[in-house]
Amino acid sequence: MSMSAERVASETETGQEGGTDETRIPGRWSVVLGTMLRQRRVLVGLAVLLLLVAAAWIGPLLSPWGFEERDYASFLRPPSPEHWLGTDNTGRDLYIITLVGLQKSIIIGLLVAVITTAVAAVVGAFAGYFLNLTDKVLMWVTDLALVLPSFLILAILFPAIRDSGWIVFVLLLAAFGWMITAKMVRGMTISLKEREYVYAARYMGVSPVRIIFRHIIPNMSSLLIVDATINVSSAIIAETSLSYFGFGVQAPDVSLGTLIALGSRQAVTHPWTFVFCTGLLIVLVMAVNLIGEGLRDALDPQSKSRRA
Amino acid sequence: MTSTETKTGDPTGERNPEAPVLEVEDLHVTFPGVNRAPDIRAVRGVSYRLNRGEVLGIVGESGSGKSVSSLAAMGLLPEYAKVSGSVRLKGKEILGLDDRRLAEIRGRTISMVFQDPLSALTPVYTVGDQIIEAVQIHNPQVGRAKARERAVRLLELVGIPNAAQRAGAFPHEFSGGMRQRVMIAMAMANDPDVIICDEPTTALDVTIQAQVLELLKTAQRETGAAIVMITHDLGVVAGFVDRVLVMYAGRPVETGTVDEVYHRPRMPYTMGLLGAVPRLDLAEHAPLVPIKGNPPSLAELPPGCPFAPRCPIALPQCLAAEPSLLRIGAQPGLAEIDAAPGAAGESGGPDTGEHRVACIRSGEIDTEQWTGADIYPLPEIPEGEATRIPREERPVVLEVQDLVKHHPLMKGAIFKRRVGTVYAVDGISFDIREHETLGLVGESGCGKSTTLMEILSLDKPARGKVVVLGRESGTLTGRERFDIRRDLQVVFQDPMSALDPRMPVFEIVAEPLRTHGRSRKEINRRVRELLDLVGLDASHAARYPAEFSGGQRQRIGIARALALEPRVLVLDEPVSALDVSIQAGVINLLEELQARLGLAYLFVAHDLSVVRHLADRVAVMYLGRIVEIGDVRSVYTEPAHPYTQALLSAIPIPDPEKERARAHVVLEGDLPSPANPPSGCRFRTRCQKFRALTGEDQRRCLTEEPALQPVSGGDHTAACHYAEKRAVV
Amino acid sequence: MFLVRRLANYVVLIFLATTFAYLLAATTLDPRANYAEMRPQPSEEQVDARLDELNLNDKTPLAERYAYWVGDIATGDFGLSVRGTSVNEEMARRVGVSLRLILFGTVIGATSGILVGAYGAVKQYRFFDRASTGAAFFVLSVPAVVIAISLQVIAVWINEATGVRIFQYAGEYTTGLDAGFWGRLGNRIQHAVLPTLALAIGQFAAFSRYQRNMMLDVLGSDFVRTAMAKGLTRRRAFFKHALRTALIPTVTYFTFVFGIMLAGTTFTEKIYGWNGMGSWVIDSIVTNDVNAVAAVSCFMAICVMAASFFSDILYAWLDPRVRVS
Repeated sequence: MSMSAERVASETETGQEGGTDETRIPGRWSVVLGTMLRQRRVLVGLAVLLLLVAAAWIGPLLSPWGFEERDYASFLRPPSPEHWLGTDNTGRDLYIITLVGLQKSIIIGLLVAVITTAVAAVVGAFAGYFLNLTDKVLMWVTDLALVLPSFLILAILFPAIRDSGWIVFVLLLAAFGWMITAKMVRGMTISLKEREYVYAARYMGVSPVRIIFRHIIPNMSSLLIVDATINVSSAIIAETSLSYFGFGVQAPDVSLGTLIALGSRQAVTHPWTFVFCTGLLIVLVMAVNLIGEGLRDALDPQSKSRRA
Repeated sequence: MTSTETKTGDPTGERNPEAPVLEVEDLHVTFPGVNRAPDIRAVRGVSYRLNRGEVLGIVGESGSGKSVSSLAAMGLLPEYAKVSGSVRLKGKEILGLDDRRLAEIRGRTISMVFQDPLSALTPVYTVGDQIIEAVQIHNPQVGRAKARERAVRLLELVGIPNAAQRAGAFPHEFSGGMRQRVMIAMAMANDPDVIICDEPTTALDVTIQAQVLELLKTAQRETGAAIVMITHDLGVVAGFVDRVLVMYAGRPVETGTVDEVYHRPRMPYTMGLLGAVPRLDLAEHAPLVPIKGNPPSLAELPPGCPFAPRCPIALPQCLAAEPSLLRIGAQPGLAEIDAAPGAAGESGGPDTGEHRVACIRSGEIDTEQWTGADIYPLPEIPEGEATRIPREERPVVLEVQDLVKHHPLMKGAIFKRRVGTVYAVDGISFDIREHETLGLVGESGCGKSTTLMEILSLDKPARGKVVVLGRESGTLTGRERFDIRRDLQVVFQDPMSALDPRMPVFEIVAEPLRTHGRSRKEINRRVRELLDLVGLDASHAARYPAEFSGGQRQRIGIARALALEPRVLVLDEPVSALDVSIQAGVINLLEELQARLGLAYLFVAHDLSVVRHLADRVAVMYLGRIVEIGDVRSVYTEPAHPYTQALLSAIPIPDPEKERARAHVVLEGDLPSPANPPSGCRFRTRCQKFRALTGEDQRRCLTEEPALQPVSGGDHTAACHYAEKRAVV
Repeated sequence: MFLVRRLANYVVLIFLATTFAYLLAATTLDPRANYAEMRPQPSEEQVDARLDELNLNDKTPLAERYAYWVGDIATGDFGLSVRGTSVNEEMARRVGVSLRLILFGTVIGATSGILVGAYGAVKQYRFFDRASTGAAFFVLSVPAVVIAISLQVIAVWINEATGVRIFQYAGEYTTGLDAGFWGRLGNRIQHAVLPTLALAIGQFAAFSRYQRNMMLDVLGSDFVRTAMAKGLTRRRAFFKHALRTALIPTVTYFTFVFGIMLAGTTFTEKIYGWNGMGSWVIDSIVTNDVNAVAAVSCFMAICVMAASFFSDILYAWLDPRVRVS
């Protein structure tokens, strides 16, 4: 009983993301965590991701070259003991700028995913729970956002945000990434709403907003976690594509996208400028996707691939 | 059943009637564990033998392996299941045949009717095409037109009106009962020798169940097939089968003729099961036999009799080895077991047709002539004080007057539009007084759940009024509504979905207390008290619902409903999702709580036996209307409305002798759509009485809607112009 | 009636999306900058006059420019591009190019994806399944840009290795080629292989994964078991009953994938030097061509709506449960 008393003390009223301390109790979360970690894919993905994070933040410290330093003695040189991954056409050390670019890509991916998923969860849950007018308005906005060619809008907005730094860029990427998840959340809310425990809460007088945060959203956490993971990779890919055309991260900042743009022009003649950043990008996205896939299998009771 | 003509050719001629058509011997099915989880041994040694034209019932609770064993026999299990043993169909071994050879047998010699007719038909093909496929796959030489003719004839045979036209309809355009008829037609398509019916009526309403059971009897007569009837419902089996096989934890524990097993059960499990069923035919109000505990996990079975942990008469020797299925008296003595523990472990050899039991005390039970009541300790349920006060003197706690709920009928998934109105609840009135239970019964779609939701919503109804504890819904301020919620609580049907899976039990039970602003200290104390009250261990409060069994979860739901000490409890089919042995415990708990706390219950159920057991008064609903209401004893013994009579008559009684002697009233057709109810009396389209009336008398039913009229003294009323009391149970 | 309502809703959405794009472009893009680099430097009056002519003058209030633009739109005219040519004419030239690419890319990608996904599900955990899942998984992790570039690089290698220009990777066709109808067709195909493939690969990956999952969901369902109980072999039950049913959700999925693919055409067209609507996205923004940007947005919105409408129709056709009687 003391255990429950403790939990009462630690449990917040909304309990929206109560997942963190729930692992202490040998219950659902530890079971999920167990299943999750038993998924080889999740483990491999996590390991690779951690490795990449470590490389991105620790790696630059190992190199003698600085980020803004240029070696005017060597332009477009292949990898050598001096420049581990070679140099680009302005004499920058590719090793260092690739890792710094990786940093930016990881941060952008994570941030965008968190914002997107949060927005999607709230919009979808409110639309699905209240239906009627709330739903009409929210879904109409969602449809409009879906119809707008997001790539084009981001590109148009680019001149306006050119100087505001990459955080604004992150917000914009997020602004165009939440719609499909929101629609899924809405559909799920409509079915969750018919669950008897939601009725029970309603009939004991719990307010609708609290029901959404206490019963609806936590019960979609598996969908949301999986979706957040997938959103990480799609954000990274979106960033790359925009940066490729020069509509994304701006100098002096670098991201994997800007590096790929640079490298692709000389991919045939000077492959090292293209291969390393592209390779890292693919490995990064694959690691994230692996985690997402594994999580889906672990968390989604419907998933058939859990067998064998 | 429209027609019984058509083909009569008796194919038994050249075959030896003595030779069994289906012999299953020592069948084992194991599902390999995933991710290092232990293997699940779903079936552990099943043997039975089925003679021509014989009907065998396989009875067991969920997870007993009854369905898996028959799927294994037909080669329909997923490829990863490991199956061993022997299955001989007309003397030919079919286990281990490759898929192509098995496919030739499936549907021709042995066919199957599945439980859920909703999902068992392919949604994208017409039912006609699906039957044609069944015909042509085994007779490729039959032309399309011929096959179609045959399909229509089959549909006619199973009682689909307008068969030629309906053959072109898709499964979703049929009702559940009609779909099950289509399934049966498909199973009959090639005159099989064996039809396996896997819970064929579980998903259906009682009146439809009665129709389908009749149809299966017809199908058996028509095809001369032997039938394996798999079910959890002891009533269904009683009147239908010749022999019974009772399964528990993947193994047969008792087998014999239906009379032997029902009247002289010799396995404590069977005895408990029979005692746990609420009986429609028994008037005295005795508590049900609850079997304590839960069925064991099939993944990690301890040695010994799997039922021993739940058995009231288990001995230390029961844990030594799993008893074999043996003739009564043939079990080894206790001394022998002590001498050689683990000796008896086999499943007991082939089916000999005798009454055999897997219990080392079966001999003792037989000689002592013990019954379920002798070996199971019956709980004592205190008499509520209030029952001594006459009903008229007790205050009304819930009053419903002329309640109406209509909702729009929408059509089309993409292009939604309103095409009509569903008259879900169309003017019903009743009241519930303190300390009493009103049972609201009816088939699905009759509006009973809608009524309940209308009461609970506390919104202003479209018409009529709902008065809870003297306060009228819809006239309340937000604050008053919130206060009323304290006194009006609900227990839901599905213990899986009634509890938030992401919350520990403590939180679930504490939620109402917290919502209504109780102090933390009080919450702690109260939750412990509540868990104790419903018979759960308070130390389990930190666990999640998934860790509890269905019965335990239902108890948690009850604890939550009681948290605020309500005066009225609304119960929405609280036991229908539970296995019989678990159900009895919950019913006893509800009775006890009512007696101790003086609650009033509104009990919504489709199971009339449970209602008879629990309720003081009963209201029977049909198409949004109450057709008969009154005190339980009066309504059950002397139902006056033809619908009540049919409903009661349709419920099978778990007593083979009585069941065989009963004449069932089988209603025709399905429930009409509540969007388009018939004129006059809503029941007339299916009414057995209406058909017997003269044309002149019928006119009244066609034009005038009957009102509730008293049928005898007291407050027993029925809405029929020609109400007439008639005992049917 | 509901069809009309739905179409009306589409039109409103498309119009709003276009308006939004127009207003955004009109406020953020700066056509005046196009003249800053011009030699000889035109006078401000000259520039103003020219910009007025194009309805692009930032000195005119936005509301006025918008009103003028809407007036044009109402007659189906998207106005003039920065070069003074008609946007409509330019669009007419480009739409065909993009639609060809989209059509072939989608058809090839979706069909092969669905087939491979369905077969993979039937052969779950066998070699074919593992290989196809792995391949799809890999492709999904690679941005469309990288796919397009990599294909180009590979094509260069192959061309160099064989010494023959098997693949063409710049432009839609070789200009000024005089090789008769068949020669020109062959030349076009040579040019089209890589961009179409670049688009189709992404589609293939998305569809094969989705179809596999849907198929796995359906394979365990009761009606497949019923079909087998009737006497169908496992394989036949899978293909006749399961695949047909599993196609239904895929149709909805099509709408989602389509939006992503539209963005994909941008990269593909740009990288392979095709003058379609996709590359116009980039070109019009770079040249501050407000009217063209609006036209492109309108095209994209129409495409998304058309895809969604098409998938709804297909859905109703495939699933008897939603057919309107």
